[in-house]
Amino acid sequence: MQRCGYVHLWLLGPVLLIFLISGVTKVKGDVAHQEPHPKPPSDFKSNQTEHGHGSSVITGIPIVTFKWHHVETPYVIALWILVAGVGKLVIESNHHVTNIIPESALLICFGFVLGGIIWGADGVQTFTLTPNVFFFYLLPQIILDAGYSMPNKLFFSNMGAILIYAVIGTCWNAASLGLSLWGCHMGGAMGDLDIGLLQYLLFGSLIAAVDPVAVIAVFEQVHVNEVLFILVFGESLLNDGVTVVLFNVFDAFVSLGGPQIDAVEIIKGIISFFVVAFGGSLVGFVFGLLISFLTRGTKNIQIIEPGFVFVLGYLSYLTAEMLSLSAILSIVFCGMCCQKYINTNMDERSVTTVRYVMKVLANGSETIIFVFLGISAIDKTIWVWNTGFILLTLFFIFIYRFIGVFVLTWILNRYRLVRVEFIDQLIMSYGGLRGAVAYGLATMLDEAKIKEKNLMVCTSLIVVYFTVILQGITMKPLVNWLKVKRAAVTDITLVEKLQNKVFDHMLVAIEDISGQIGHNYMRDKWNHFEEKWMSRILMKPSARKSRDYVFNVFHQLNLKDAMSYVEEGERRGSLEFIRNETAIIDFKKKFADDFSEVMPDITAGMSDDHGAMSPMRDPVPSISLDMHEQTMNGMRESEDINTHHLLQQHLYKGRKQHRHRYSRSHFNTNTDENEVQEIFQRTMRNRLESFKSTKMGVAPPKAISKHPKKDQQHKMPNGKSRDKSKTNYSGDEDVEFSEGDNACGYEASGHSFPMRVTYRAGAGIENPASCRTCTPWPRCRPSPGCWSRSWTAAGWPPRSGPRSGCRGGPATCAAWLLRASAPAQTTPSCRPTFLSRLHPQPRPPPPTILL
Amino acid sequence: MGAFQSSPGQPEYVDLKEKTGFSISQIRVLHTRFKLLGHNGETLKRDHFNSIPDLACNPIRSQIIEAFFDRRNFRRNGEGPVDEIHFEEFLMVMSHFKAPSPRMIEERESVRREKLRFIFNMHDTDDDGTITLEEYRHVIDELLSLTEDLGKDTAKGIADAAMREVASTSMAHMEPDEFFEGITFEHFLKLLKGFEIELKMNVHFSMMDTPTFCK
Repeated sequence: MQRCGYVHLWLLGPVLLIFLISGVTKVKGDVAHQEPHPKPPSDFKSNQTEHGHGSSVITGIPIVTFKWHHVETPYVIALWILVAGVGKLVIESNHHVTNIIPESALLICFGFVLGGIIWGADGVQTFTLTPNVFFFYLLPQIILDAGYSMPNKLFFSNMGAILIYAVIGTCWNAASLGLSLWGCHMGGAMGDLDIGLLQYLLFGSLIAAVDPVAVIAVFEQVHVNEVLFILVFGESLLNDGVTVVLFNVFDAFVSLGGPQIDAVEIIKGIISFFVVAFGGSLVGFVFGLLISFLTRGTKNIQIIEPGFVFVLGYLSYLTAEMLSLSAILSIVFCGMCCQKYINTNMDERSVTTVRYVMKVLANGSETIIFVFLGISAIDKTIWVWNTGFILLTLFFIFIYRFIGVFVLTWILNRYRLVRVEFIDQLIMSYGGLRGAVAYGLATMLDEAKIKEKNLMVCTSLIVVYFTVILQGITMKPLVNWLKVKRAAVTDITLVEKLQNKVFDHMLVAIEDISGQIGHNYMRDKWNHFEEKWMSRILMKPSARKSRDYVFNVFHQLNLKDAMSYVEEGERRGSLEFIRNETAIIDFKKKFADDFSEVMPDITAGMSDDHGAMSPMRDPVPSISLDMHEQTMNGMRESEDINTHHLLQQHLYKGRKQHRHRYSRSHFNTNTDENEVQEIFQRTMRNRLESFKSTKMGVAPPKAISKHPKKDQQHKMPNGKSRDKSKTNYSGDEDVEFSEGDNACGYEASGHSFPMRVTYRAGAGIENPASCRTCTPWPRCRPSPGCWSRSWTAAGWPPRSGPRSGCRGGPATCAAWLLRASAPAQTTPSCRPTFLSRLHPQPRPPPPTILL
Repeated sequence: MGAFQSSPGQPEYVDLKEKTGFSISQIRVLHTRFKLLGHNGETLKRDHFNSIPDLACNPIRSQIIEAFFDRRNFRRNGEGPVDEIHFEEFLMVMSHFKAPSPRMIEERESVRREKLRFIFNMHDTDDDGTITLEEYRHVIDELLSLTEDLGKDTAKGIADAAMREVASTSMAHMEPDEFFEGITFEHFLKLLKGFEIELKMNVHFSMMDTPTFCK
C-alpha cells in the first residue's frame, strides 16, 4: 500500500513539473523576445519575432500592467531553481528508487525529460549549461562546501597519496587517452576526422579529471571507509585544478599550432602548470586567513559574519581566476584553511548558518548542474556521432583509469604504513566518474581552432552519462558485493576520544624517542607552530583559551545527558525520577538513539567550538545549552506538546502582552526593565510557592506545569547524596554551586530581592538538571532575553552569563559591560542567557546587567 | 645483555630480528638511536629519556617513559619497573609500534590485543588489572596539563564523566550502591572496538637517523 502511495507521488511530480515547465517555456515563447538579454541566465537564445506590450501607446493610466520583460531574467532563473528543487524533492521522496539509482543519475534523467519538453515546445534547445554560468555561478559553492567540510586531518595524513593520484594520475589519464585516440585515429579507426595530436591531447586533458560533483553525489550514498573516501574525494577536488591547468596549457599549445612548439614552450607549459596550481592554492590560503582574521573581530556584527565567509570565498575564486591561477584549488584551500578558525571565532549560530547555507547552495547547484546536464543532451546541434571516437574514448577512459590507479597504488603501497587494499583500488578505479567540469570545458573549446568541437562536446556528455548513470548505479551493488570496508557509524565516546588523544601523543613520543621524523612528528610540529602563531593572530583570544577537543566531547556528552534528562522528565511529567540513580543510565542509553539523528549536525557544528572554561571553577556544569536551541526542532517533535502548552501558559503569560521588537541586525533582546522585573517576580513567586508548599509537606499542585519547581526541590536531597556515590551523575558541581560565588554575585547586585535570597537559602542547590528543564522552551517564547534573565536572577549568574562575558575574562567582561551600558539593543552579546554555556565564569558579570 | 656494544655484529641482529620482528635495517637504525640517546652507553636510564628535547612538550611524557621501564612491556612475563633498559628491551617496547605485516589479517586480533595491552598497561600504573578512577584521572590530568586554561578540576570532571560512561556501557545495570572499581582490560577492548588500532598504532622506523634534527 505504501509503495503504491509512493508510486502515485512519483508519477504526479513529473506531471506537475511538466506543466510548470511548459508554462514557463510557453510564456517565454509568447512574450520573451524583444531584446537581446544583457546576460542570459541559461543561454537564452531567442530567434523569434519580437512582440510584446511595451510599444503600445498609452491611452490612460493602466491599473495593472503585465511586465514580463521587466522581470524576465531573474524570473527565469528563479523558476529554474524552483524546478530543479522540486525535481529533487520528487526524486528524494521515493527511497525505493534512490536506493537503487543514485540521485545524480535520476536528476540527469529528469533533465532529459525537461529537455524533451522544451525541445518539443520550442523546437530548439533554449537552455543549455554554459561554461560561464557553470564556472562562475554553480561550481564555486560546491567546491567551497567541499573544502569547508573537508576532514583536514584525514586529508593531510593522506596528502601524499592524494597528490599523486590527482597530479600524476590525471596527467597519465590525459596523456594516455590523447595518445591512444591519436594512435587509433592514425590507424584509421575513426574515419575522417580533422583532429590533430594536440587536439587529442587537449581533449584528453579535459576529460581526464574525476569530477568532485559526481563523485560526492555517488560516494555520499555508498558510505565507504574513510580512507577510501578521502582518497577519491581529495583526488577529485585537486585534479579539477590540475585538469583546468592542463586544459589551458594544451589550449595555448593548440593556438600556437604544432610547428611553434619547441622545448622552451613545453618547459614554459610545465612551469606554468606548477605556478598555476601552487599559486591558486596560495591565493586560497591567503583568503582563508583573511576570512579567519575578519571573523575575529565581528563581535558587534554577528548578524552578517556568515556573509564574510561566502563573499571572501567567492572572491578567492574570482581572484585566482583573474590571475589565471587555479580557481578551484584556490577555493578548496580557502575553505580548508578557514574552517577551524571561523568555527571557533564565530558565534555558534553563525557557524550553523554558514554550514547550512553552504549546504543549501552546494546542494542546489549540484541539482541544477545535473538537471542541466540532462537538458543539454536534448539538442540536435551538438549530436555528432562518430562511433569509433565515442566508443574508443569510453573504453580508454575506463581502462586507463584502472591502469593508472593500480600502478600508482602499487608504488604508494611501498611507502604507506597501511596499504590500500586491492578491493579499495578497484572501487577507486571504478569511482572515476566524469562530470560537469568535463562538459563545461568541452563547451569552452573554440570552434575556430577545433573543428570537431561538437563531437568532443557530445563525447564528453556521453562519457558523463555513462559514468554517472551506469557506474553510479552499479557502484553500490559492487561495493556490497566486494564487501568493501564501510565507514563505521560510530557514536564517538568520551573514552575513545581521550584514547585518541593519548594515542596521538604516544605516537609522537615514540617518533621522538626513536629519532624518526615521521608523519606524526611533522604534525606535532605543525600543531605547535599553529598553536603558537596562527591561532594567536587568527583566533579570538577568548575562543583560543578554551579550545580543547577532549573538553569538547565532554561537553557534548553532557549535553546529551542533559537532553535525555529533560526528555525523561517531560515524559514522566516531572523530574522525580532523578532520585533513582539507575534510571539515568537507562534513559541515557535509550535516548541516545533518539538523538542520534539530531546530534551529528550539532556535534559537527560544535566540533571546533568550545565552551569557555574558567581556570577556577569546576568543569562539570559546562553543558552547552546553546546547542539546545538547534536541537529544538528534533526535540520538539518527540515531546509532549501539551506539557509545553501548560508551561508556557503558566510562566509567560505576562510577556505576551508586550510588544515585539524588530531589528534587522539583532535578535530580540528584551530590555524593558519593568517587563523583566515582572517576569522575574512572577517566576520567583511561583517557585517560592512551590518550594514552600513542599517544605511544609503540602503536596504541590499536581499540574505538570509545576515541574520546574518540583525538580528544584527534588534536587536538594539527592544532589548531595549523589556526590558521595561513585557513579555520581553530575557529581561535584552540586555542592560547589551552592557555595560562595553564586551568593556573592547576588549580594553585589544591589537589586536584592528578598525572596530570591530566601529561595537560594532554601533550595539553593543548583543543578544542571534544573537548568535542563527549561531548555525546551526557548523556541516558544516571544522574547528570549527576559526569560533568561529571570532565570539568571534566580541564581545562575555566576555560571551562565552572556557569552562574550564568559569567554573573555576580565577584559572582555569590561568590554561587555561597556556595551551593555549603552542602549541595550546594540549589545548582541546580550544573548539569552540560557544560550550561553553553563560553565563557570571568570568573574560573574555584574548582576545589574543581567537584570 | 651486554652483547651489543659499540659495533654490534650481524648475528645479534638476526637474533633480535627473530624476537622482535623488526628488519635488520630497522634494528640498525634503532640501535644508532639507542646509542645516541644513551651517549654510547649500554643502557638507558630515565634521565636519558627526559633529556630528549622534542619530548619535553609532550603532555604524557612521563607515562611514555614509564612504559619503557615497565617489565610488562618486555614480553617476558615480568612485572614492575626497572631502572635501566638494554637495547633488547628498548627494541621490545618499540616493537609494539611496528607496522603490521601484509599477512596481518589472520593475526589481526592478536596484534590488536597486544597494542591495546600496551596502552592499557600505560594507564594501569599499579598493575592490578584495572584502570581505576584515580589512575584515569591522572591520565586526563597529564593529557590536559599543557592546556593552560583547563585546570585540575576539569581533568577530574572529564575523568569522572568518562568513567561514568564506561560504567554505563560496560555494566548493563548498576545498583545504586554498587561500586564500579575500574576499567578492566576486557572492558577496554570492548570500549575501543571501533578504533582500528592495529592500523593506526604504527610508526615508520625505516627512516635514516638524522642526529642534527633529533639531538
